[in-house]
Amino acid sequence: MSKRKKGFRFAIRGRHFTLGFPFLWLTLFFALPFAIVLKISFSTAAIAIPPYEPTFTYADQLLNVALNLGNYLLLLDDALYYTAYLGSLKIAVVSTLGCLLLGYPMAYAIARAPVKMQTVLLLLIMLPSWTSFLIRVYAWMGLLADTGLINNVLLWLGAIDEPLKILNTNIAVYIGIVYAYLPFMVLPLYANLVKMDMSLLEAAADLGSRSINTFWNITLPLSKGGVIAGSMLVFIPSVGEFVIPELLGGPDSLMIGKVLWQEFFNNRDWPVASALAIVMLGLLIIPITLFHHYQARDLEKEA
Amino acid sequence: MKKLSFSTVMLWLGLIFLYAPMFILIFYSFNASKLVTVWGGFSAKWYVELFKDQQILDAVWTSLEIAFLSASMAVVLGTMAAFVMTRFRRSWAKLSLSNMITAPLVMPEVITGLSLLLLFVHMADLIGWPAERGRLTIWLAHSTFCAAYVAVVVSSRLRELDMSIEEAAMDLGATPLKTFFLITVPMIAPALTAGWLLSFSLSLDDLVIASFASGPGATTLPMVVFSSVRLGVSPKINALATLIILAVSLIAFLSWYFARRAEKRAKAAME
Repeated sequence: MSKRKKGFRFAIRGRHFTLGFPFLWLTLFFALPFAIVLKISFSTAAIAIPPYEPTFTYADQLLNVALNLGNYLLLLDDALYYTAYLGSLKIAVVSTLGCLLLGYPMAYAIARAPVKMQTVLLLLIMLPSWTSFLIRVYAWMGLLADTGLINNVLLWLGAIDEPLKILNTNIAVYIGIVYAYLPFMVLPLYANLVKMDMSLLEAAADLGSRSINTFWNITLPLSKGGVIAGSMLVFIPSVGEFVIPELLGGPDSLMIGKVLWQEFFNNRDWPVASALAIVMLGLLIIPITLFHHYQARDLEKEA
Repeated sequence: MKKLSFSTVMLWLGLIFLYAPMFILIFYSFNASKLVTVWGGFSAKWYVELFKDQQILDAVWTSLEIAFLSASMAVVLGTMAAFVMTRFRRSWAKLSLSNMITAPLVMPEVITGLSLLLLFVHMADLIGWPAERGRLTIWLAHSTFCAAYVAVVVSSRLRELDMSIEEAAMDLGATPLKTFFLITVPMIAPALTAGWLLSFSLSLDDLVIASFASGPGATTLPMVVFSSVRLGVSPKINALATLIILAVSLIAFLSWYFARRAEKRAKAAME
């Protein structure tokens, strides 16, 4: 009996440790950093190390809180920043639509393939997303350049007389994002489509519905959860994308992730970079909540 | 023959779109010409050049070391979190832990990177640690975001696990710790391996978070690749990219294989 009691006592301590250790780690390295970003976003830039004025000072029993709203007002004032926000949103929306248009039929075809083929096809879709992201974006630089493979082939075919300017334009950014994030669209869509009750489609066919009709009225509405999950998985990270616009985009493909990086590393304006991050997070809260909501509902359904 | 449907055609086009750039890159890495876009015959000379570049070799070593340590820490953290998420009663601590662990999955990397850097700067200010940003700070950053992926992989395995074996072990007097290591760990081992390999390749690949979390003390491979790629396409980088693609594909394939074996085993156990 004493052994069990000991085990029970340990269980309490063990449980606390199992919960406590990751909890503390994540509070320290994930939650606390956001509080600091929020704090710095209200600070004033200065030529110092670190390059900003303290927000809280305590001297002579007097706690001074200096909240500088200037960084946020600057974001409103300077056209550069809201152009960047709008540019990011536009690029993210167009790329998400691109992923959806290409990814939906792909996911549909996989879900309807023989079961043995499905795992192979899924592996083929997943493998590239596990290979280096940077390298895959880099691969497109060689393809899209003025003297790149695509232009060479088109010139050789006689389809064009002079090289098309693709690299360093928004078109290249769209191609890059659709290419890099396509697997994140296909996988949740597949997971949704494969669970669909086929008898509904058969019933529709028996009642004389044409396949395009069935698709619009049954398949598409039923896959709403997958469409939303996939779109959010593409949309959210592409808003903050840095590598793709930096390597494939031009001076006019302003994206907020790129601007944040430049403010931070090139201009060394940490407060403005923090304010940019806070506003970006604010913009993403709705899509992130939407994603979590549908994710949670899916899990409940499975349970 | 079956008529090709629209969706099947799109599937094949999509797969070509996914794979063609990588195959073309691999092909051009064997180009003898100095100009990346002009074919000058078959040659492996850029691979030879690559292995003479000390900066790249150093970065490879740094990256491997960080990836190994981060993946190991991520498995510990992620498994504990997965255990809490699947086996613990509902409480505010459980709820906030599961929210915090999944958040890095969707957070834009620039925000995660920036916030971690600001944390390290603050800590250095307040308690004098970390004195210098480098391997240690990248390790902390990578362990945190990789733990999210491990938690997802492991918790889906734990959810499907038959709990009666663990309960039987406890009834026979095994302590929870003993039960965990002798019963649970062997049953979820493939998921742990898959999570470790996934974390390893994620850490090896990360540019944005590593750039923020690193100081002059440590340069990882993606950072070296990025700074040279910014200047344009070069045959040496094509050779390096080919090696990276092959290595990471191998890791990815292994991690997929372990995850699948786990699934098969679980299915066989249920039947």
